[in-house]
Amino acid sequence: MTKFHMNRRTLIKKAGLGAAALSTPYFFTKGAWADSFCNNPDTVGKIIFGFNVPQTGSYAEEGLEQLSGYKLAIKHLNGEGDGGLLNTFSPKTLKGNGVLGRKVEYVTGDTQTNTDAARDGARRMIERDGVIMVTGCVTTGEAVAQQSLCQEMGVIYMSGLTHGNETTGKDKRRYGFRHYFNAHQTGIAIAPILEREYGKERRAYHITADYNWGWSQEASMKAATEALGWETVAAIRTPLGLGDFSQYLTPVAHSGADILIINHYGHDMVNSLPQAVQFGLRERMANDKQFEIIVPMFSELMAVGAGDAVKGIIGTQNWNWQLDDAGSQAFTKSYGEEYGVPPSQSAHTGYVQALLYADAVERAGTFYPPEVIKALEGFEFDGMGNGPTLYRAEDHQCMKEVLVVRGNENPSSRFDVLNLIGKTPREEATYDPSIFEGELGPYEPNQC
Amino acid sequence: MTAMLAQLLNGLDKGGAYALIALGLTLVFGTLGVVNFAHGALFMLGCFCAVTFRYLITIETVTVDPTKLTPWGSPVEVRTPLVQNWFGDFGAVMVDYSVPISLILAVPTMLAIGIAMERGLIKHFYKRTHAEQILVTFGLAIVLQEVVKAFFGANPYPQPIPTDLRSAADIGILLGLEPRTLTYPWWRIIYLAFSLFVIGGVFAFLQFTTFGMVVRAGMADRETVGLMGIDIDRRFTIVFGLAAVVAGVAGVMYTPLLPPNYHLGMDFLVLSFVVVVVGGMGSLPGAVVAGFLLGILQSIASMTEIKSLIPGIDQVIIYLVAVIILLVLPRGLMGRRGVMES
Repeated sequence: MTKFHMNRRTLIKKAGLGAAALSTPYFFTKGAWADSFCNNPDTVGKIIFGFNVPQTGSYAEEGLEQLSGYKLAIKHLNGEGDGGLLNTFSPKTLKGNGVLGRKVEYVTGDTQTNTDAARDGARRMIERDGVIMVTGCVTTGEAVAQQSLCQEMGVIYMSGLTHGNETTGKDKRRYGFRHYFNAHQTGIAIAPILEREYGKERRAYHITADYNWGWSQEASMKAATEALGWETVAAIRTPLGLGDFSQYLTPVAHSGADILIINHYGHDMVNSLPQAVQFGLRERMANDKQFEIIVPMFSELMAVGAGDAVKGIIGTQNWNWQLDDAGSQAFTKSYGEEYGVPPSQSAHTGYVQALLYADAVERAGTFYPPEVIKALEGFEFDGMGNGPTLYRAEDHQCMKEVLVVRGNENPSSRFDVLNLIGKTPREEATYDPSIFEGELGPYEPNQC
Repeated sequence: MTAMLAQLLNGLDKGGAYALIALGLTLVFGTLGVVNFAHGALFMLGCFCAVTFRYLITIETVTVDPTKLTPWGSPVEVRTPLVQNWFGDFGAVMVDYSVPISLILAVPTMLAIGIAMERGLIKHFYKRTHAEQILVTFGLAIVLQEVVKAFFGANPYPQPIPTDLRSAADIGILLGLEPRTLTYPWWRIIYLAFSLFVIGGVFAFLQFTTFGMVVRAGMADRETVGLMGIDIDRRFTIVFGLAAVVAGVAGVMYTPLLPPNYHLGMDFLVLSFVVVVVGGMGSLPGAVVAGFLLGILQSIASMTEIKSLIPGIDQVIIYLVAVIILLVLPRGLMGRRGVMES
C-alpha cells in the first residue's frame, strides 16, 4: 500500500499545474476573440472610429457640428486639450491615454442626409477603413439604416442625432445605442408646458416631414396634445428638403386651427418656420385665441437659421450650452476654445457618444462587441451635462432629463437664441420600453 | 372661399417662377430652334449672383470688445459689415436689401454668360438634331452646376427678405373682408408683380420695338429675314442673352423663397420643360399661360381637403395634367403646327 505523502513544495507545484490546466480554456477562448469579431484593433493594427454624418444636404449644418464634437472627443480621449468631460464624467474610467492605452484614430464620411448614402458610407468604413465603431447621423432614417447594417456586421453603432421613436423602438438593435432623446419623450416633456401656456381647448394643424422621424414626431405630438384635450384638425406631410412650403402653409389660416405644429427639422424647419411667420399666422386670432406655432424639436443651429421667426416659439432640446452644471460648462469651455463658438446639442451628442463607447471598452477591458454592449447596457453615469443618466438595457435608450425651451425674445448675442422654460426630470421622461415593438437581437457578432 | 383665394394667390406666385423660366426656354427654342437643357442652370446662376452679391456686401470687420467675455473666457468679437462702416445707415439698408439690389449685378452678368454660351457653344449646334442639342446642353448644365458646387459647396444659401417686407399684406381688406381674414406675404406678392413686370417687358420688347419685330420675323422665317440683309444671327445671340437674363433675374428674386444650392437648376429643369410642352413648343403666350396654370393647379392640389381625398396628389398633379392636356391637345395649349413634328 502506497502511503499518501505531500509536502509544502509538492502542494505548490500541483496547485500551479492545476491552475494552469483550469485556465487553459479561458486562455484559448480569450485568444479566440482576437479573430472572432469584425475589425479587431489587434488585427487591424489601429483603433479607428468611423464618424458618418451629413456634411451636405438638408441637415448638413447639424452634421458638421456633430463632426466637430467627435473630433474634440478624439483629442480629449488621446490626452490633448483640457480633457473636457473626461474631468466631470463619473464613474471615472477614462484616463486621457487613448482607449485601453492606445491612441484612437478616426475616419469621416458624408451621409448626404440620405439613408442609402449613410448605409453605403458605414459599410465602406467597416470594410475598407477597418473601423471598430460607427457613429453619427442627423436623421432617424440614417440611424436605422446604419444600426441595422452594424448589427449584421457585428460593429457597434452609437447613433448621433436621431429623435424618431423607431431607433430604440421597433427598429432597435443589440448593436445600436442612442444617447439623444426621442419623440415620445418630447411629447411627455412638452405637454404640461403647452397646457400651461395655451390651455386645454386648442385645435392643432400638423405639418410633418414625410419620413420616419416626421411620422414618429407627429404621432407622439398628437398623442400628447390629444391627451390634453386638443383636437387635431389636419396633418399634412411635406417632402424632405422641399424649401418652399408655401403651398402647405397657405391652407393653415383657413383650416379652423389655432395652433400650427411644425414637425420639421434642419433646413426644412429653417425654411418653414419663417415662411409660416411671413404668412402672418402669429398675428392672427383664431377661435378667439391668439394663433400660436410650436416646433416640438429645436436646435440652436435651427434657431439661429430661422432668425427672428423663432422668438417666443416653444420646443424641446436634448441639451443646451447655457446649462449651469459642471459637465455642460466644461464642454462649452472646451468647445468654445477649440472652435470659437458655443457647442450645439448635435456637437454635444456626438462628443458624448464617442466618450461613452470608449468608456465602455475601457470598463470591459476588450473591444469584443458583446462585452462592450454588456458594459453599456444598464450603465449609470453622470457629469455629461444631462444629469444622472441610465443607458437602459431593454432598448438601449438613454433615460435622462428633457429640456423645454422657448425662442429668446431679447437675445444678448447671436448664440443666445433659446431660453430654458422647463426641465422634465428623468423619472417623468422614463417610459415603459414595451410600448414600442421590436427586438434587440443577439449579442454574438457576425463576421464582417 | 377665402381658402381658395389664398391658394390661388399661392399658385400665381409659384406660377410666376415657372412662367419666367419657361418664357426664356421658349424664347431660345422659338428663335434659335435649340432645345436648351442648360436653361435651368441659368436660373441657378442667377440665384448665385444674389449669393455672391450678399457675400461681397457682408464682408465684415472684426473688432474685439475686451469688456465682454464669452463663456470660454475669450473677448467677444464684434462683427460689422464694411459697407455699414463706410456708409452708416445707408450701408445697413444695402445689406438688408441685398437681394433686390443684386439685380444690378445679375443683369449684366447673366447677359454676358448668355452671349458667351451662345457664341462659344450653342451656335455650333444650330444645324444638329434636337437629340444632339439636348445632349450638349445637358452636359453644359452639369458642368455649370459642378463649377458652382466647387466654389460654393453643396449646401443651400438662405437669402433674407428685407426686414420691412417680412410680414403679410392684408389683402382681405381690399376685397371687403374682415381684417386679417386673407393675408399673404409681401415678398410673394412682390415676386408675382415682378414676374408679371418681366413677362410684360419681354412681350412689349418683342411687340413694340424694331429689334423685336426683326426677331419675330426671324422666328417666322429666318432665311427671308437674312436675305433682306439683316444679320439675324447677331440678334438671336442677343435674344439668347435676354433669355439668360430673364432666367437669372427670376432666380435672384426667388432666393428668399427657396435657398439656392448648386442643384436647383436641375430641380426646375424638368418642371419648366413640362410647362413649355403643355404651353406648346415655341409659343411664348403658351409658356406663360401654362406656367401660371400649373402653378395654380399644384397649389390647389395641396389643399387639405384635396390631399385627404387623394394623398400625394400635390406631388403628381402637374405631370397628370400634362398627360391629359397632351392627350387632348398633342401640340399643347397654344402650340403651332409643324413645330417639333418633323
